[in-house]
Amino acid sequence: MIITKPRDWTRILGNLDEVGAKRVFIMGCGQCASVAGTGDEKAILQAKAALEQSGREVTGWAIGEVACHLAAMRLETRKRHGEIESADAVLVLTCGSGVQTVADSVDKPVFPGLESVFLGNVIRHGVFEERCQMCGDCVLDLTAGICPVTTCPKGLLNGPCGGMWAGKCEVLTDRECTHVRIQRRLAEQGRTRVAEIPAKDFSKKLKPGSINMRAPKDEGEGKP
Amino acid sequence: MSRLKDTLARGEFVVTGEVAPPVGTDVAAMRRSAETLGPHCHALNVTDNQAATLHLASLGACRLVLEWGFEPVFQQTCRDRNRLALQSDLLAASALGITNVLLLTGDDPRWGDHPEAKAVFDIDSTQLVRAAAGLNAGRDMHGDELTGATDLFIGAAVFPEAEPWDIQLARAVQKVDAGVEFFQTQAIFDTDALERAVAALRPRGVKVIAGVILLRSVRTIDFINERVAGLMVPEAVRERVAGAADPKEEAVALAIEQVRAIRGIADGVHIMPLGLDGVVPRILAEAGLT
Repeated sequence: MIITKPRDWTRILGNLDEVGAKRVFIMGCGQCASVAGTGDEKAILQAKAALEQSGREVTGWAIGEVACHLAAMRLETRKRHGEIESADAVLVLTCGSGVQTVADSVDKPVFPGLESVFLGNVIRHGVFEERCQMCGDCVLDLTAGICPVTTCPKGLLNGPCGGMWAGKCEVLTDRECTHVRIQRRLAEQGRTRVAEIPAKDFSKKLKPGSINMRAPKDEGEGKP
Repeated sequence: MSRLKDTLARGEFVVTGEVAPPVGTDVAAMRRSAETLGPHCHALNVTDNQAATLHLASLGACRLVLEWGFEPVFQQTCRDRNRLALQSDLLAASALGITNVLLLTGDDPRWGDHPEAKAVFDIDSTQLVRAAAGLNAGRDMHGDELTGATDLFIGAAVFPEAEPWDIQLARAVQKVDAGVEFFQTQAIFDTDALERAVAALRPRGVKVIAGVILLRSVRTIDFINERVAGLMVPEAVRERVAGAADPKEEAVALAIEQVRAIRGIADGVHIMPLGLDGVVPRILAEAGLT
């Protein structure tokens, strides 16, 4: 899921001041931001109270079922047309992706209410860790299911670096070195480590990403 | 042309030193350092934004060292440059008469003086070694032919005291397979660990130059243990420096012992004076190297 965290509130108020927004509509998200507790009903009501305390009026709020889904967000904002129309701006408590679907769905100024930080694994309730960078060129087949691109702070494909000491990471000193973990797990599974992982092809992940699953494909492409 | 390479090839013991470029443009102190160490060394390593802290560029400083009459070792890290910049700097080094290169991962910027910087690490040090070997063979990383190949003497780092050793050794062997011709080590305190590393690497046709660091005070030791990657000064050494009447003299005595021990094990010694440049000639002389 996409991990979000609260954004500097003074910056949010500054954004609203820039457009003279006295009346605000709030949009949350029923997916990741609800799991993270940053864009669920509780978080929205907290933002509402803070906006009201700053002398603003909240014209309404909604939780988009999937805020990053453009068609669904257009439908959601149409349902809330009156409340959004009477607002001067929309504050969005979702990831940056959701902020942009809202901005594409309404004519009002739209501002991010959260910071989007990473694609995260839920370790337990409220505890998230980054395990995947969505690099488009997965090496987990070579690395025993442990991603060096993400979990090595330097993103080295071949390691350990010179900072590894007693099996620990140089940068995150309380953690085991990713490359030590990889090689230990490979050994435990009786697998040999690949001699050298070649330099990563960053052209596999050019910005902005775009996939059209409906476009005609070459026969057999991407099929098992 | 590399005197370092030729001397190692002849099987002679080499001495390398280390100079740090300034944080600014005044190279006077670096020149003093080079002129103190240079006459006693086969080559002088020039650090690349060491400890992820801004310094004058290693490549430019290497050219100055060359103009001052000494042979540089161009240290290049993967932290600040992508593969285009790394390769183009290696081409520039070759064209500027800089032959020796030490190719490193690089410390993480979050511990440096610009923690806001984006760490590049487009490629890692093994891949950089392979790229340099490719440039020597006249081809870039993409496989395209160069107008004029490089003539680099390719070095990398190995950490003989780092555990687990089998994993550390596997990385070093990987670097050899990618094209490393010599290793320089982090400072060595455990000569058994050094012997183990040399025994494993020498049969693979590479030379090992072992590091010695001058520990002028307990403060220096504590700083190293806290902040320097891949190096831990053992408690016994710390106690020895702490208990000495003249800690600086004790550091010199310790270094002499280390250089003597390394002489019997490795192919050379790399001295990191940490500001004590003036005592290096005495250390080398008393260790029987001049």
